[in-house]
Amino acid sequence: MPKLTVDGIEVEVEAGATVLQACEEAGKEIPRFCYHERLSIAGNCRMCLVEMERAPKPVASCAMPAADGMVIKTDSDLVKKARNGVMEFLLINHPLDCPICDQGGECDLQDQAMAYGFDSSRYAEKKRAVKDKELGPIVKTIMTRCIHCTRCVRFSEEVAGVGTMGAVYRGEDTEVGPYIEASINSELSGNLIDLCPVGALTSKPYAFTARPWELKKTDSIDVMDAVGSNIRIDARTAEVLRVLPRTNEDINEEWISDKTRYAIDGLKRQRLDRPYVRVNGKLAPASWDEAFAAIKAKVSGLDGKKIAALAGDTVDCEAMTALKDLMGKLGSPNLDCRQDGSKIGGPRGSYIFNSTIAGIDEADACLIVGANIRAEAPIINSRLRKRWRSTAGDFKVGIIGEKWDPTYKNDYLGAGPDTLSEILEGKNDFAKVLEAAEKPMIIVGMGALNREDGDAVLAATRAIAEKFGMLSGEWNGFNVLHTAASRVGGLDLGFVPGEGGLATNDILDAAAKGDVEVVYLLGADEVDMSKLEKAFVIYQGAMGDAGAQAADIILPGAAYTEKNGTYVNTEGRAQQGWRAIFPVGDAREDWAIVRALSGALDQTLPYNNIDAVRARMVEISPTFASLNVPSKAEWTDFGKAGEMKSEGFVSPVRNFYMTDPISRASVTMAKCTEAFVKDAAAEKVA
Amino acid sequence: MSHLRRPAPKELQPTSFAFTPENLERANKIIAKYPEGRQQSAVMPLLDLAQRQTEGNWVPTIAMDYIADMLEMPAIRVYEVATFYTMYNLAPVGKNFIQVCTTTPCWLRGSADVVDTCKKELGIGIGDTTEDGQFTLIEVECLGACVNAPMMQINDDYYEDLTAESTKAILDALKKGEKPKAGPQIGRKGCEPLGGPKVLKAFCGCGAAPQDADASEGDA
Repeated sequence: MPKLTVDGIEVEVEAGATVLQACEEAGKEIPRFCYHERLSIAGNCRMCLVEMERAPKPVASCAMPAADGMVIKTDSDLVKKARNGVMEFLLINHPLDCPICDQGGECDLQDQAMAYGFDSSRYAEKKRAVKDKELGPIVKTIMTRCIHCTRCVRFSEEVAGVGTMGAVYRGEDTEVGPYIEASINSELSGNLIDLCPVGALTSKPYAFTARPWELKKTDSIDVMDAVGSNIRIDARTAEVLRVLPRTNEDINEEWISDKTRYAIDGLKRQRLDRPYVRVNGKLAPASWDEAFAAIKAKVSGLDGKKIAALAGDTVDCEAMTALKDLMGKLGSPNLDCRQDGSKIGGPRGSYIFNSTIAGIDEADACLIVGANIRAEAPIINSRLRKRWRSTAGDFKVGIIGEKWDPTYKNDYLGAGPDTLSEILEGKNDFAKVLEAAEKPMIIVGMGALNREDGDAVLAATRAIAEKFGMLSGEWNGFNVLHTAASRVGGLDLGFVPGEGGLATNDILDAAAKGDVEVVYLLGADEVDMSKLEKAFVIYQGAMGDAGAQAADIILPGAAYTEKNGTYVNTEGRAQQGWRAIFPVGDAREDWAIVRALSGALDQTLPYNNIDAVRARMVEISPTFASLNVPSKAEWTDFGKAGEMKSEGFVSPVRNFYMTDPISRASVTMAKCTEAFVKDAAAEKVA
Repeated sequence: MSHLRRPAPKELQPTSFAFTPENLERANKIIAKYPEGRQQSAVMPLLDLAQRQTEGNWVPTIAMDYIADMLEMPAIRVYEVATFYTMYNLAPVGKNFIQVCTTTPCWLRGSADVVDTCKKELGIGIGDTTEDGQFTLIEVECLGACVNAPMMQINDDYYEDLTAESTKAILDALKKGEKPKAGPQIGRKGCEPLGGPKVLKAFCGCGAAPQDADASEGDA
């Protein structure tokens, strides 16, 4: 471990660290544009120059490996002058259009020009102008502002795995962008906007909307997939304007997917902002009291077995807890949080991502079963890609299911359960790869478990995990990848059929037959509504989607940006998000609605504030006792060995950009669908 | 910036590209020169091969895609190389691609006359191609033949020690379909001094040894 002196402070850094990192270790701020911790080192902006003893000229600290005995100065006159000069060069071709630039106020160039630049320009010649590039519906470009740091080039090549961006031409004519007009076909393209240190790449949907200092920033958790990405919601008055990533090394590092970032404009359309009651076949606006009275009239005296509840994919755990307790009070065992009818819900170890997302960084082989991870959880896919890159291609990935492009090298093994059996019997070549691996992992997607034979598939994957040493010591490589943000939380809370209770598909069938008379949809929009025609449907949620159309009573709930909520991600990590704005119109936080309804039904639930609900959650499951850490699950028996059908696994996510009521209502997601999803037209017909 | 440094318009871009069997064999030989896993290093010679194969002496975008596929690299990485190096033409050029050096040494030795003669004789400006597609004229930076300044490069050949007259003679010959002799146009050999070798004559066999006063002077 090299020891060096930075401005008289002695620091010791890890071998392989750069001088820049050593300077940071010493608490010195080094200005930079091209350097980024998560990208390869380019060393082309020259802003990070420092003085090094015995070096003939200033050195770029980002590209200089720290060595023993180096003496670095970061605040000498030479350094000051050098940075001054670099800044002057950078500003030669940078337009002075900060007042109309969306980066203004959060611009690295602006900040660093203030700190290290001259107060005026000596440059009187013509500045260059560069044609803007068309990069699709998400990234807006003003390429004249580009300073050629190539962060976007490195991000798209290294993290996103799509080689779209490049630095073409040379010298003064250098342009960053695709050579031929091409959109960035990546689920992570929005991160380019965060990476760009200037205003060259900015957010298209957010263009000319707000200045950063006008925004109220709220920490929250994303619900667009089951990854539980940490996000920051930026709002002004009663409007959510943008979503940005928060750094969480264990989950999303500092990236978020485009759906996480941009689906929020869906929250401004098709909102349920007041209760409705169906009168003479038509939904009519009503007051909360009227809606509750209508429910009471239907429910009181009804046998609990004739009532059922389904929880949707983006519901918070507080709401599910309240509804579960209410159903208990009404005597109904018919509740389910698995809208897709997937066969999960046994012991905890059978339905979480046991290795954790950060665990991917240790794995040396991965078998993906029935999951299109790029569409279902792009953040996890980028983690797999990162692992593949860091091992120089030694990280072997096998895919069973549909063919999809993971952006890293993989072996496509087969379409369905037959291939699983082959691997189990050692007939497939990939079995050898798994055998040779020290820390192999398996990722089982919902596409493999939401089938009739889901139990048998689960048993087969479990057998593979056991046979190929995926459980050794601390290592548990058995991973289930969920697609719904609420799923693991629902399972942890036991939002599943009680004794003699019906599961999703049985509830739907019973409702079609008339055996179940009341169906309570808590944000559940993905089930076959045609089966609910006979039933009395209560829909509680934020969006006017399929569920609201089928409903007899609509109870307007708060969207995820409008409530304090707990979500458990696919790793089994409970996380809490905070309310960024108040719910629209008459809408209320979901657990509070259920609590109020319980009062109206004379079945009052024993909690009056969110802390009491959370105490109840801890009572039900220890998951909720410790936030932000994935709780380890024991390895117990699960799955039911049996006959597996031979048809191939089909990923439940057909269109990454539209998976839930919010993203379906989003204009930006609609534009992305048009631009990137080739079979979108076919999807609409189907 | 010359239009040759920007991709040709869509109308000019061919819709398919593949190496001829001979070139494919050459390409494979080139790729084999590089160690396993470093095949991408062959991108520059392959681009050159593609340019030589393409009518109009240029690299169409589809050829870059073809090479990207061949070397298993993202197309944008090939685009970056092809657009960086000025010897790859991104749009078609005339049969005789004239590059006149106008960097300081050549300019001091009269490259302006060469450029003017080309313009006058061909009836085109810098960066233009004659209507019959025979000539394209561009100015370039130093081609490394300053000893023989001024000079120009036509396709693969250097024409050096130029004057307005010799430039005209070369162009006239090319117009007739002849191939004028490449190299210095004033009779000297390579970049020897004007008037023949001045030193070490005894050793090169190209002139009399200093002590042999009777021997005749070497030819110029």
